[in-house]
Parts: sequence; structure tokens; C-alpha cells
Amino acid sequence: MDKLLTFTVVGVATAAIYAVIASGLVLTYTTTGVFNFAHGAAGMLGAFCYWQLRFDWGWPTPVALLVVLGILGPAFGVLLERVIMRGLAEASETVRLVVSISLLIGLIGLAQIIWAPGISRPMRTFFQAAAPVRLGPASITVHQIITIAVAVAVALGLRAVLYGLRLGVAMRATVDDRSLARLVGVRPERVAMAAWALGTCLAALGGILIAPGISLDAATLSLLIVNAYAAAIFGRLRSLPMTFVGALVLGLTDAYLTGYLPQNQYLPGLRLASPVILLFLVLLALPNPRLRGRLRITPEVPRPTAAGAVTFAALVVLSGVIAATTMTEPDLLTYARVFPVGIIALSLVPLTGYAGQISLCQLSFAGIGAVTVAHLGSDGNPAALLWAAAITAAVGALIALPALRLSGIYLALATAAFAVALDRWIFTLPRFSVFGLFDVALFGQGTLSVAPLEVAGVGFGGARARMVLMAGAFALAALVVVAVRRSRFGRQLLAMKDSEAACATLGMNLLGTKVAVFALSAAMAGVGGALLGMERGSIAPGTFELVAGLPIFALAVVGGVGTIGGALFAGLSLHGLLPLLAALLPGVTGYLVLLPGLAGIGLGRNPAGAVTDIRDGFAPLVRSPRVLGPTVALVVGWWVLRLAGVLTNWPFALLVLATPVGAVVAAQLAERPRAHDEALAWEWRGLLRRWSESDLEELDRALGPLGAGVGGGPA
Amino acid sequence: MTFAPGRAPVAGRGAPGAPAGPPPLLELRRVRAAYGAIQVLFGVDLTVPAGTVVALLGPNGAGKTTTLRVAAGLLSPTAGEVRVAGRAVQGVHPEDLARAGLCLIPEGRGVFPNLTVREHLRMMTYTGRSLADIEAVTYERFPRLADRRRQLAGTLSGGEQQMLAMARGLATDPALLLLDELSMGLAPIIVEELYGIVAAIARDGMAILVVEQFARTVLGVADHAAIMVHGRIAHAGPPAGLADELSAADLGGTSP
Repeated sequence: MDKLLTFTVVGVATAAIYAVIASGLVLTYTTTGVFNFAHGAAGMLGAFCYWQLRFDWGWPTPVALLVVLGILGPAFGVLLERVIMRGLAEASETVRLVVSISLLIGLIGLAQIIWAPGISRPMRTFFQAAAPVRLGPASITVHQIITIAVAVAVALGLRAVLYGLRLGVAMRATVDDRSLARLVGVRPERVAMAAWALGTCLAALGGILIAPGISLDAATLSLLIVNAYAAAIFGRLRSLPMTFVGALVLGLTDAYLTGYLPQNQYLPGLRLASPVILLFLVLLALPNPRLRGRLRITPEVPRPTAAGAVTFAALVVLSGVIAATTMTEPDLLTYARVFPVGIIALSLVPLTGYAGQISLCQLSFAGIGAVTVAHLGSDGNPAALLWAAAITAAVGALIALPALRLSGIYLALATAAFAVALDRWIFTLPRFSVFGLFDVALFGQGTLSVAPLEVAGVGFGGARARMVLMAGAFALAALVVVAVRRSRFGRQLLAMKDSEAACATLGMNLLGTKVAVFALSAAMAGVGGALLGMERGSIAPGTFELVAGLPIFALAVVGGVGTIGGALFAGLSLHGLLPLLAALLPGVTGYLVLLPGLAGIGLGRNPAGAVTDIRDGFAPLVRSPRVLGPTVALVVGWWVLRLAGVLTNWPFALLVLATPVGAVVAAQLAERPRAHDEALAWEWRGLLRRWSESDLEELDRALGPLGAGVGGGPA
Repeated sequence: MTFAPGRAPVAGRGAPGAPAGPPPLLELRRVRAAYGAIQVLFGVDLTVPAGTVVALLGPNGAGKTTTLRVAAGLLSPTAGEVRVAGRAVQGVHPEDLARAGLCLIPEGRGVFPNLTVREHLRMMTYTGRSLADIEAVTYERFPRLADRRRQLAGTLSGGEQQMLAMARGLATDPALLLLDELSMGLAPIIVEELYGIVAAIARDGMAILVVEQFARTVLGVADHAAIMVHGRIAHAGPPAGLADELSAADLGGTSP
């Protein structure tokens, strides 16, 4: 009984912190429609700022609290709204998600730049010196009392704001119907700004309360607060009272697991993973959303031609060969990761790009694939790759089954929960046996070495051979994705993204289609992970953490998640551009961690993806074979000169990069006279040059009164 | 198609070109509007002079709702000009227009389902009137809403919801009232009651633009009527002469 009471007190105190954080999350999500993945990171920043003021600079507690909660927190919230979130009102759910995920990545990076990791930063609890209050057989510290009181005050305060103030009523009105709220005279920016200021403040408050109990570490703190998301899901991201109930369930579960879980080597991870497991279960218990037809014009997903895809694949292999023959061994080790990471990003193309399903656990699938080849392919047997694909496909299908009824933000959270459960529990398990039949050792609580592939006596142990292998594998995977896009299955996926309701009424098997695309995507990620494992040589659980996977997701969307090029963009940015910049500008290495985050935050500007712009830029080149052929020949020529020793590395790299850019300019010049020919015949407009507003007006004029019957549209 | 000034569908009380008199409360000139790539309005000319009720009629998909959205600032026109009380309002936010006295009651129950009746009245204070005034006007005109002041709007009957939506048009005393499909999904007797109120506030001098798909409900109230087909004003004139044109438009005919 004493023990129960003791752990109940601990649980309620934890619950209070979760409740404070989660209520801030609910507030911003409901009023602005942006699910802020960086909410925890904002709390983390709050905790760090408080530590800086209170403990490093020794300010008095009330002053430090006032500055953090009264000035820095709200100011940061307002800044977020003004600079980042305001442009997102009309953006798609994927884009909003990527922006907030990028913010999370960026904030963790920022905190690590300001407060170097690895240094102990002790934080005292409030009134640490005061004696705990006896509570019958148990006792409760003053810090715990304060925490619980704060949660109660937050609950009452939020109710007073939302129901008592006109601004609060306006917030709820905005949740119900944004455009009607504007018609009534509500200024939505004012409402959003208030919500962000208040939400960020609550996150900071939660961060300050939770940080003394655990270490002050940017990533841990940002993700520990992920636990609070589960509480918000209890309230379906809408209801504040249910959010508080959820927080209580989570806090007590955590405390009781600490107290009563049998002590063995398999279960400590379970306690750490329990919030995300609860999150997963609650997501499954949510009432099934109705299949609703919504009319939204989604950006077009390009449909590559077969010839274009083969050309692209050939160019990828060619670039791999060029790299393998010109780069130094250490450079190869660095840059070859472009391709396996590219394959992992490629696995998002059918899933997110075509089918519109958001998954944040692709790197976890990659981890499973890597573990599989480490165990089954220790002799370099290529069959291990097939095993990796099969096992990850099975896991992917298994994840898909419960996730089927989820979509959008809920699916993203469920897959993130799965990834965190693997990180915290499954990947850290020691060797165990399943029903005494199989002996399973995942990472065996350490690192695993992965043997390089060996096909028909040809080993890929050398860095040069591996570079070619990786490029070839990426080219192959790209061809598979293009084949999917061009197939009946691909059309089904796109149709499902546009309207599940329409697909269901047409008799399409939604269940089968979703499971299939999840399995396909997981298998691709698994193979990518297996190749990444071979490239690295050894793997550890940390390689495949959720946080490590987020930049891949963000950059794939930044590149354009419906495109092959977008996936390559993700790989190139993470393992090509970043190491290159680090080598060129050694002074700013520490700041490079911010780049993926900044790229994602900038996504709001161009939701179709950066690669679309790049491809549009290259379009004239692709259209004119007279320029394309010589361009490739020229690049190959530079390569031959480099191999012959005429060119050294730097001039060679510059020439290789400059040639396509020059070719694009040449191709544009070649097209120019035609594009500006005003008297272009009707049937060529829009083909030889972009269709413009003036064309439409000309057409209207040309058709005359008849045109009245042509252009009717929906009101 | 040409739009000579003389063909402006609805002329004000003062003849067009007459310098005297206040400017019309709402004036659309050659307005084009689009949702993304889909163009909906192809040059709409429409005028609502002070103190008149103008009915905008037409079949489904003609662009009537879009016209109101453009007028209220919810949608920016791609071309043309929108003037409210003589001032060009390009780029003005809908909330600022609302505070300035333009009131759009959108189609299909313009209420917040999770706010109580009284909270709705509180939201109306953004127009600058006091809550007490708003409550007095609303409860006098719609006594049923007084009984339901603590109830969530989502739990009201369809008619009561429409009354609550209408109450904003009354209690905030706007200069220009835009009504979208007031009759949608309501029993005829309630529609009659609501249009009785429209007629009453029109007598007080409010300028009103009423959009309806079915003409008979509204023609009795209107001073002027315009028929919209395929994103253009096809006909305009006094309501009495429009019945024949209207049936042609209802059948999906095009403008001549």
C-alpha cells in the first residue's frame, strides 16, 4: 500500500507535466491546424534558457522564471507564427508536418550549438532544500506539489481564457470555421499569434518542470516530451479535459511500471516505450473516421516516361562509375552513402508521394533490413538482401494493418510511435528466443558488423566497387518506382490519395492497396538500410533512430516527394552537400546541422518541391537532343581526361558541374526565338511555350459569344 | 463579349453617369475570379445601390456564391474591380470589411457548431456594437434564441441555426448585407418568415444582395434582379420581367 501510494504520487506529478505540455500542443493545433512536432523542442529550449539564467548566471528564481515564461516563451511563439507558420494555412498536411519536423531538427541543432552536448548541466528542483511533506505512509516533495498545482492552474486558466475572454471565444470560433470567423470580424493572425504565444509558454513551463528529473540534453528532452503527444491524442487533439485524463493515464502507467515491472533484462525498455505504445493503442481506439469525399486539387505527380527513366538510371550509374574512378578512398566512403540513403528516401515516393500516406518510420524499416543482412548475410550472400526485403515487407504490412484507418497527422504519429518503440525497446533487447524455436539477436545491445555483398565470386568489399554497386542499386530502385507510377497499381495509389471515398464507391480494395504499398515501401527501405549497413560496415541502434530519420523525410518532401529526383535530392543533400560544405568550410561545420531544418522550414514557399524547379530548369535541355547528346559526351570526355591524368580533381569536378548548367543555358537560347513568336498557331500554344493568361483571353476573344458556354465552373 | 457601361446590369436609383448622390454600396466591374486553375467568374458587373434589395439568381454552378465571396474579400479577383461604398477594396481582408459594416451570411448555416448562442452574440461585438445592444435586438426579433442562449449552435434546429446566422445581419446593423441561399434546406414557412425579416430591414434602408437558386422566394422582396449563368450576368432588370428568362436559365440555357 505504501508503495502504491508512493508511485501514485510520482505518477500524478509526471502526469501534471505531460498535461501542461499537451494542453499547449492542443491549443496551437486546434486554432491553427498545424501539429507542432517542435512543441517539445520549444519546451527543451525553455528549459535550457531557464538553466542558463538561473543556474549558469545565477539569477534569482522568480526573475529567471519571469524572463523565460513571460518574455522569451511568448516572444518565441510570436516569432514562430510570424515567420514560419503564417504561410502554412493553405499548405497540405504533409508540408505542414515537414515544416514543423524541420523546426524540431533545427531547434535541436541550435540548442547543441549554443549549449555544447556532453557537458553536465545540473538543475535543482524547486525548493530542493525543503523537507518533503508526509502524506500518510508516502511523502511528496515540494517540487511535486508545485508541479501538480501548476497543472491545475493551467487547466483552470485555459478554461477561463477559452470561455471567458472574447479572444478565447474567437479561438474556438476559428477552430469551428475559419472563414466564418473572418466574416464575423475575427483577425486570424491575432488569434494564431495568441495561441502560439500561449502554447510555447506552456511548452517552456513543462520543460522547466521536467528537466530537473532527467538530464538536460537537447534530443532527449525534445523527444521525452513526445510522450506528452500521447496525452494530446487521448483528447483527439481537440478536447482539453480528455487531454488531462490522458496525461494522468500516461503518468500513472509510467510510475506503476517503474514500481511493479519485474526486474529482468528485457523489460526496462518497455517502460521507456510505454508512452508511445499507449499512443499507438489510443490511435487504434479512435473512432473510425468516416470516408469523406473532399475536393482538393493536389499538385500533379509527374509520370516519367520509360525512356526518361532508363536515361536517368543510366546517368546515375555513370555518375557512380565516374565517382568510383576519380574519388579518393575516404571520400568514397563518405559520399557513397548518398545512394542507400537515397533508396530509403525513394521508399517514400510510392507511399507518401503517390498514396499520400505519411510514414516517419522508414529509417526503422531500414534498421530492420540492416539487422537482417548483418545476421543472414555474414558471408556476403546476396540472398540476405532478399530476406531483408521480405522481412521488412512483412513488418511493413503488419504496421499497415492497424494504421489503415489512420491518415494524415494520426498516421504520422502512429509511425513515429512505432519508430520510438523500436528505438527505446526492441532494438535494445538482448538475445532472446521466440517460443524456443528461433534464436533472435537484434543488436545484442551493441554494434553489429555487416559483411559486404559478394555476387558470384565478385566481392564488393572495396570502396570503389561498392560505390558502383550503390549507384546501380539506386538506379534499379528508381526504375521500380517508375514502373509502379506507370502501372495500374500506381494509378490506384494516386486515386486513393485524391479521394478514398471515390475509390471505395468504385469498388477498389482500399485495404489490399494500402497494405501492398506499405509492404513495398518498407521493403525498399529495408534494402536501402541493408545497403547502408554494408556501406558503413558496422551498425548500432542509434544509426536508425527516429531523429536520424526525420531529416530524410523532410528533405525528400523538400525535394518533391512525388519524384525520383526528390529522393536523390535527399540523399545528395545529406551525404553529398553537407560533407562537401564541411570539407570546404571547416569553420562552420557546427552550423551545418541547421541546414536540413532550414531547408524544410523554407518548404512553405514551394510546396511542390525544389526538384520540380530544378527539373523545369532542365526541361529545355531534355527537349533538345541536339544539346543533350553533346553534353553527356562532354562529361564523359572530361572523365577520360581525368583518368588519363590530364585533369586534377578540382578542375574536373568544376567542369563536370559546369557542363550541364552551360548546356541548359544553351538549350534555352536555342528555344528562345520560338517561345516569343506571338503568332504561334493555336495547336502549338502550351506545347512549345507555357500557356499563359493572355492566351486564354485571346482564346476567349477568338471564340466570341460562343465562349460563354465554354468556361462554366463550380461556384 | 463587351460590357458597355450602358449594359451595366443593375443601374442605381440615380441614372449611371449622374454625378450626384452617394456611391453604390457595392460595385463589381468586370470581375474575374478563379479557384486555382479553374476560372469561375468571367467578367461580372453588378451594382447594389444604397437602400435597395438586389436578387442574384441563377442555376447551380453559375458563380453566385463566388461573387459573394469576392465581394466579402474571401477570394481575390484575378481581374476587375470591387468597390464598397465607392472605395476600391482590393486586398482588404474580409475581417476588416466585416468590421467596416459588410456582412456576409454564408450558405448553409453560418454558425459555429461548438459555440453557444450567447457566444455567437459575443462574437458579433467585433463590429463595434455592445453585447447588450446585440442581445436586445436579437432576442426581440427571435425570441426562440433567447430560450436557447446557453445551447450549442450545433444542437439547434436548422431553422434556429439560420435565425442565429441571420441575427448577425440584424444586430450588427451593417451597411451592406450579403445573403447566400437563405432558403437552403429549410421548411417553406421558415423561409417565408426569414424573407419577411429581409423585407423589414430593407425598409429601414439597408442595402442587401440576396443570392438564391429558386427565384419565387425572393422576387417579391427584390427591387432589382440579375440572372447569372456561366460566370457572367446574363440578364438584369426589374424582377417582374424576369420570370421567363429565369426558366430558361434554370433549364441550363446559355446567355444569348
